[in-house]
Amino acid sequence: MKEILLSTPAMLLLVIGSYYIGTLLYRRLRSAWVHPVAVAMILCVVVLLTLGIDYPTFQAGTAFLDFLLGPSVVALGYLLYEQLEHLRGREIAIFVATITGAFVGIASVVLLGYFFNLDEALIASLAPKSATMPIAIPLSEQSGGLPAITAVVVFLTGIVGSIIGPWLLDKCGITHPIARGLALGSASHGIGTSRAIELGAIEGAVSGLAIGLTGVAISLLLPLVEWMM
Amino acid sequence: MIIKGVFAILLFYVIGIGASQLIGGVIPGSVCGMLLLFAALCLGIVKPDNVRIVARALTQNMAVLFVPAGVGIMAQYDLIAQNWVGILTITIVCTLLVLLSTGGIAQYINNHFKNNNTNNGK
Repeated sequence: MKEILLSTPAMLLLVIGSYYIGTLLYRRLRSAWVHPVAVAMILCVVVLLTLGIDYPTFQAGTAFLDFLLGPSVVALGYLLYEQLEHLRGREIAIFVATITGAFVGIASVVLLGYFFNLDEALIASLAPKSATMPIAIPLSEQSGGLPAITAVVVFLTGIVGSIIGPWLLDKCGITHPIARGLALGSASHGIGTSRAIELGAIEGAVSGLAIGLTGVAISLLLPLVEWMM
Repeated sequence: MIIKGVFAILLFYVIGIGASQLIGGVIPGSVCGMLLLFAALCLGIVKPDNVRIVARALTQNMAVLFVPAGVGIMAQYDLIAQNWVGILTITIVCTLLVLLSTGGIAQYINNHFKNNNTNNGK
């Protein structure tokens, strides 16, 4: 019996099942706090702790899903190509804003990280947090971070931006739909984009484009900032 | 069609891993693969129709792939317990800084420089 629970199919079933429950809850409650990923993470942790299964066993069982992160990042190249039409005529604004945002994101994490006396591994885990999850995780691993911390922080980054974002943009007089969409996508990746789609069609489209561009900008800037610091 | 798409994605993943090693591993292989696939699509080397179905299937359900990594926090409990104030403050402050700098600059450039798209905003 124990072997069945520890098998690869059982581990995958746990992840997919928890996520499925998460999507059902999300559909019913419609709140950013019950995001399917958060619900699935918590359910998995609860089940593993209850059954006394340790993380390495779970990790071995779900290696297939980890592998799929790689091809998914490659597939983002196609999405970026598809969204290219939203860029036309606004190239300069979009490029300068995304690159600045990516730089501000990395530099502010590193500086505040020193201020809070966090160790190197934690700073490395937090630095790529505005990138979309599949890009942030390998970047964090590459620079000596802990993928688990990155996953949770990237998720929180998405939630913070999508909940406070539109309100703060209003307060600061950022009203242009392109600027708003770009800001939400750059700061809060896919979770920010689902909020941007609710604000309007232009906001949603530009925000989707910003996810890919920010991911690229952070991958290119991160080695540079590391080298500078 | 699906096989073609899977082949293309895996091919660019493998080439991306190679490219990543060539540049000393500063950019992960999957990200290199993404950039190369994007370039190949722009240059017309890969036809969009060949990768569309697989690319959409992979990206539309991507969120479920983040769950295993997130569950890893159960193994990092001590580290988080010791540093949660810093982690939480940085997450909130830095996210809002990115939001305002990106939005502010985009709006500034849009209003002050060119206006090719006259109907794109207020």
